[in-house]
Amino acid sequence: MSDNPSLRTPSQRIAWTATIVISTLVFIFLIAPILAIMPLSFSSGSYLTYPLPGLSLRWYDDFINSPRWMTALKNSMIIGVASTLLSTVLGTLAALGLAQWKSRFKPLVLAFVLSPVVVPGVITAVGLYFFFAPIGLTGSYLGLILAHTALATPFVVITVGATLQSFDTNLARAAASLGASPLYAFRRVILPLILPGLASGALFAFATSFDEVVIVLFMAGPEQRTLPREMFSGIRENISPTITAAAVILTTVSVILLATLEGLRRRNERLKGSSA
Amino acid sequence: MTAASLTGADAQTEMPLKRRLKRAERARHIKALALVLPLLLFLLFTFAGPIAGMLWRSVDDREVRQVLPQTVAVLANWDGKDLPDEKAYAALASDILAARASGTIAIAAKRLNYALNGFRTILTSTARNLKAVPESGTAKETLGKINPAWRERTTWTTIKDASGPMTGFYLLAALDLTRNADGAIVAASPDQAIYRNVFARTFTISLSVTALCLILGFPVAYLLATLPPGRSNLLMIFVLLPFWTSLLVRTCAWIVLLQSNGVVNDSLHWLGIIDEPLRLIYNRFGVCVAMTHVLLPFMILPLYSSMKAISPAYMRAAASLGAPPGTAFLRIYLPQTLPGIGAGSLLVFILALGYYITPALVGGAADQMISYFIALYTTETANWGLASALGAVLLLVTLLLALVYGKLVHGQQVTGGMKN
Repeated sequence: MSDNPSLRTPSQRIAWTATIVISTLVFIFLIAPILAIMPLSFSSGSYLTYPLPGLSLRWYDDFINSPRWMTALKNSMIIGVASTLLSTVLGTLAALGLAQWKSRFKPLVLAFVLSPVVVPGVITAVGLYFFFAPIGLTGSYLGLILAHTALATPFVVITVGATLQSFDTNLARAAASLGASPLYAFRRVILPLILPGLASGALFAFATSFDEVVIVLFMAGPEQRTLPREMFSGIRENISPTITAAAVILTTVSVILLATLEGLRRRNERLKGSSA
Repeated sequence: MTAASLTGADAQTEMPLKRRLKRAERARHIKALALVLPLLLFLLFTFAGPIAGMLWRSVDDREVRQVLPQTVAVLANWDGKDLPDEKAYAALASDILAARASGTIAIAAKRLNYALNGFRTILTSTARNLKAVPESGTAKETLGKINPAWRERTTWTTIKDASGPMTGFYLLAALDLTRNADGAIVAASPDQAIYRNVFARTFTISLSVTALCLILGFPVAYLLATLPPGRSNLLMIFVLLPFWTSLLVRTCAWIVLLQSNGVVNDSLHWLGIIDEPLRLIYNRFGVCVAMTHVLLPFMILPLYSSMKAISPAYMRAAASLGAPPGTAFLRIYLPQTLPGIGAGSLLVFILALGYYITPALVGGAADQMISYFIALYTTETANWGLASALGAVLLLVTLLLALVYGKLVHGQQVTGGMKN
């Protein structure tokens, strides 16, 4: 490897080689576990060991025909989509407001808005459990949607806020001076420009809700169990290969989300590049 | 004269303009606030309110005063030095009979049992054996006969301490402290003093995971920051893919890999390195490995952005001035990565402190962190006061560290740390 321009002495070459070797090992550490469970979901046997006795789709069949897993998938989608919509609206409005707002209290407000990311999940979950139980919001879809929205909104505020930082406010002024109403200017000028940030925010929001399990553990009734919740009890009780099938399905969703996000980022960079 | 009239005219047009500007500014301000307000109100209801409620529960203490109201009222005037007088006994007897009728004895018994082990038995046995209101002047004797504990001062100080409406009892218990019969703060009895140990364990695990992440993450971040963009973007997938993979999937994967007939043990056995399967999971090792795997991207990303911002010119300058590569790295490069190291380490540490799912699934009984106990006391034993107090301590530590993190990231303009 001679990529590094400053490799003049042997000791530098050794250090660089060591960096590459260690990094490769770390990359293996990061990826191998995820790759290792994938083939197991296609096993024809019921033990989670290699070598595989044969290939089959029986565990996917099991997943699709199990009312438990299908309900969980449906619940994850309902709660994920609903909290994504809600958090995208709330987060985008707040990001637009914060971008215009100049005050010494702004850092404080921003810290408050972002705090759901930092506060440990158990604390939020326990607080919500006490707070929502008396008003009948535990064991309900609405309660979970509201809770997941609170966790997901910070990501929307961050991503939309980042897009707005590179947004030229003169464009909004130009629209206004040309007689566009604020709503019209938002729809035709601002929204198209912040759309990539908004879409990334929505993806983050969906991923947050789709992966969340602590709040679901505390608040979901048997009717509202989500995919991660089913996986949690599945792992606790005994790991059947059906769980690995669920894991592959979840990972596929993650890969699709990641790829979409990367595409959005590239598109955004291209747009930025062309406007500069 | 002309000058005077000119300035006068200036002042006339200037004032309204200033005012108009101010008004426009204020309108913008209000519009901006109106946009943020829905989210603030929403978070008040779904986040801040619930957490404030939890904090309130950590000092709330109204069970005993609701179940034994007369006793609490009489004990308010008791100095706690000797046994209380006949009036207190009579009040207690009447309270117990009323509580037995309404079926609320268990509520007070549960609360008092937290403070004094065995109080549940004292109260329930008294409730069972007290037939009727003792005749005037005989309450002390009657209760003492039913259960000799009523002749002891600590029984009564326990009730007085639990009179509420607010208490430091749970917060003290969360720190392995308690009040003795004289009201002084002392160490809790050894069988109840487990939380300092749990906090220490939580810190040890978080610190080990942070150290592991730094050791493993530093070379990777360095590689990604040094390689040409095309190649580093490709390698970045190795960091981002696990980042985006569900926590449950990754935890499940480690169980499959590390269990006694899992992939790692099988491979080691096949290679002839071991004869017996190693115990790699449901212990501290498994917790640290799985948590490091989950948190490593949170270390790599801020490190990467801080390294990316270091101009290669510095290292070239150091080399041209005759610094050996090792010295240049230690004296020039490393100091510039310190903000990234600080941000990444704090972030990983903060996130690790609150971990619940991973230790619960891959840890043994001795590897459960503080979140586990908060969850346990909330859903299993319903000791909500203690759960809230432990939560309050964890929240305080987390917020303090987050404050430091915010200052660090804000001050040094280190980006990253968030997803992407």
